[in-house]
Amino acid sequence: MSQYVLRRLLIAIPSLLGISAVLFFVLALAPGDPFSELATNPNVPPEVQAALRAKFGLDDPIYLRYVHWLNAMLHGDWGFSFVSRMDVDKLILQRLPTTLYVIGSAQILALLIAIPVGVYAATKPYSLFDQIANTLAFVGFSLPTFFTGILFILIFSVTLDWLPFVYTTDIKGTGIHWVFEMIRQAIMPVAVLGLFQAASMTRFVRSAMLDVIRLDYVTTARAKGLGQAKVIVKHVMRNAMIPVVTLIALQIPAVFGGAIVTEQIFRIPGIGSLLISSILSNDTPVVMAVTFVFACLVVLFNLIADILYGWLDPRISFR
Amino acid sequence: MLDKELRSMIGDVKDGRMDRRSFIKRMAAVGLTAPLANQILALGGVAMAEGASTYKPTKRGGGGALKLLWWQGPTLLNPHFATGTKDQDGSRLFYEPLGCWDPDGNMKLVLATEIPSTQNGLLAADGKSVTWKLKPGVKWHDGKPFSADDVVFTWQYIKDPATAAVTIASYRDLTVEKIDDLTVKITFAKPTPFWADAFVGATGQILPKHLFADFIGSKSREAPTNLAPVGTGPYKFVEFKPGDLIRGVINPDYHMANRPYFDSIEMKGGGDAVSAARAVIQTGEYDFGWNIQVEDDVLLRLEKGGKGKTVYAVGGDTEFIALNFTDPNVEVDGERSSMKTKHPLFSDPVVRKALSLLVDRESVKKAIYGRAGRTTANFLNGPEKFVSKNTSWEFNIEKAAKMLDDAGWKPGADGIREKDGKKLKLLYQTSINGPRQKTQAIVKQACQKAGIDVELKSVVASVFFSSDVANPDTYPKFYADLEMFQIPLSQPDPSQHMRRYLSTSVATKENKWQGTNFPRWVNKEYDEAITAADMEMDPVKRAAYYIKANDLMWQDTVFIPVMHRLKVEAAANNLRPVISGWANETDNLFDWYREE
Repeated sequence: MSQYVLRRLLIAIPSLLGISAVLFFVLALAPGDPFSELATNPNVPPEVQAALRAKFGLDDPIYLRYVHWLNAMLHGDWGFSFVSRMDVDKLILQRLPTTLYVIGSAQILALLIAIPVGVYAATKPYSLFDQIANTLAFVGFSLPTFFTGILFILIFSVTLDWLPFVYTTDIKGTGIHWVFEMIRQAIMPVAVLGLFQAASMTRFVRSAMLDVIRLDYVTTARAKGLGQAKVIVKHVMRNAMIPVVTLIALQIPAVFGGAIVTEQIFRIPGIGSLLISSILSNDTPVVMAVTFVFACLVVLFNLIADILYGWLDPRISFR
Repeated sequence: MLDKELRSMIGDVKDGRMDRRSFIKRMAAVGLTAPLANQILALGGVAMAEGASTYKPTKRGGGGALKLLWWQGPTLLNPHFATGTKDQDGSRLFYEPLGCWDPDGNMKLVLATEIPSTQNGLLAADGKSVTWKLKPGVKWHDGKPFSADDVVFTWQYIKDPATAAVTIASYRDLTVEKIDDLTVKITFAKPTPFWADAFVGATGQILPKHLFADFIGSKSREAPTNLAPVGTGPYKFVEFKPGDLIRGVINPDYHMANRPYFDSIEMKGGGDAVSAARAVIQTGEYDFGWNIQVEDDVLLRLEKGGKGKTVYAVGGDTEFIALNFTDPNVEVDGERSSMKTKHPLFSDPVVRKALSLLVDRESVKKAIYGRAGRTTANFLNGPEKFVSKNTSWEFNIEKAAKMLDDAGWKPGADGIREKDGKKLKLLYQTSINGPRQKTQAIVKQACQKAGIDVELKSVVASVFFSSDVANPDTYPKFYADLEMFQIPLSQPDPSQHMRRYLSTSVATKENKWQGTNFPRWVNKEYDEAITAADMEMDPVKRAAYYIKANDLMWQDTVFIPVMHRLKVEAAANNLRPVISGWANETDNLFDWYREE
């Protein structure tokens, strides 16, 4: 197995190189300018703008800029934000905890809802429970998060005045009060995102379960006189989880990436909002670093999913 | 007002025959605001009055936390690297200039003890030098004393081109020398009527020499203090997360009596203007929201029964439609809108005049800007003494149609006017922004009625306002017939603003479109007026030059001014913020307090 992992990791190197090159060239060709705000400022003479562009190497040919970037990256230098004049890794690390907390909680919430509901709905297809779950799931993933987010704000912040709608990383207080406030301000974004994810995941879990539940070996297990719970948990779920693991594994990078829309609505200072503001201000080094991290995560979690398959179903061997 | 009369009045004030207040009153009667009357006095040899303060608290601190919401959060905290006003705002929580501008455009002293004037001998009569006296006993947040060395150093730091400071324009043409520990003298190369550019306001924030001395020039970006400012301001730095949060606590050694009022300060970034308005006005989660560019009816709705209100400040920002004097559709030597071409339609002045008649400013104000805008015919809308009274605007479709008829622009089979085979079809571009798109629609409708076909185009702001040479959609390239936006007037003096349209500053391929004259309008008289104003020490004559320059733009219809825009902010009902149209929002922060 270790050989398999090693081989997969070696294969990942050229793909990551390819991804980085594509990202870099697309970004370099994209319109925009990190110093755009300076253009209308009468205080800033054109020479200064030109000097800044030269200083940050924006006037170099693209391939040269790519080589510089790659070289720095190999030396562990993530680059330097044009807009903040700060190291990119610092910028990302500052935002990572918030993203992990909020978006991670949303994912956990989604799983906690999706797996039991999906499994139970699949054991009793077309029952009343299944139909209600299905309807809610359809409603859930048809409503975009920017809509539910604003709806939540209007209900819980403006009308009822129960929850704050501006997320702040700087909560006063200590101990239990701090914990309480942290939870309170995360309720809305976590709920908005978690319910949205849960909706689509429920559908997925349900259909994966249904695929397996009809197989002959399940009937055999039942015929042997095994109890319903044991059949479902030990025989059905384990096999049904293979596609679900793929789905979850591929969503993990999204946890790191944050949910861009949700972060904007609730002003959550996560990586998603960093990415969007960097794209808007054309802060190439930041965009590059963040997207490249995503690429690495996708590759890594694909690998982890592949290894998990082997554990779930030993017939899938590592070669 | 007659030059002679004004001069004798200034003489009266100088000799004590008339008090300052009655002078200002009389000036106000002829349409000059108090600050400008003040400036006239200052340059006429009478000391400038210091901006009055409305601050009430009688002790330092005790005001709790002040929570500010900036929907574009500051991304760096060195004011001289600022890529937008948001960064100047953030830095200004900690750093301070010698003086700043109050809501009336008067100077308020911060780190200086006296406003320079010819009367107190600090301002040279020939306008070639100014001396500043520094406040004694001021300390940096780390306890080191503030002195003339810091002021001189700040100048050296900024003027070094390798530092790439964005404030360089205010500092490179002057010399700063230390007279003694608490006196600095600024010498200008030529007479400089607006001597309060360097070291005043948001671009004048002074850096501590002892922390920046090793990081001048090419090493400037390595300074640890770029991210953790040590200033002299009312609040001490605690924490900074770019784009998200700035935190500060009260400076117990602050050099102004009884100030600041708040014990701590927090500036949160991110989101959008509407939800910022909601968080301040409707739910009261925050005390102050910056730059609430939201349609007025939305704000009125939020204000109903809300916990906050909107606050306005009058400055000189003008939303305008610029006309292209060159042909955007013909390429000469790989360059569109080349100076070698003439606009095929706008070369007929009647077309330009007719367009101006088709912009319904009143409807734009009613439907979009509301309390945040004033209709105007002028490109230059402030300070008041520079505002022309010779212009007026009119919305009249019939008149425009008649003018075009008379000039031979007859409607064709499709209802669109044409002459010599050229159709009146125009491309009208702007940056993506709700109010701007609505204004476009209002203008387009009127043009259609008059037989002019207008195609609308909107470009993402980050592209439109960029200096990216490779992009065809930037405003300096101006590959359209009309374009609409505004250029902020950041100080109470029009010199920098008006210098942009000199014929030597035309944006061309040769200067990589870095030239500032994007309408590509060339007028000798304008050049002469601006150049003369730059050196003119007589305030009355100087104002006359700028008024003439504005009127020339009006006669030639270079710009169609749409709206004189005010600054709009949101504030909690009990907060007493001090906002100036001539300064950044945080410039007068030391005077903010809460009414209990």
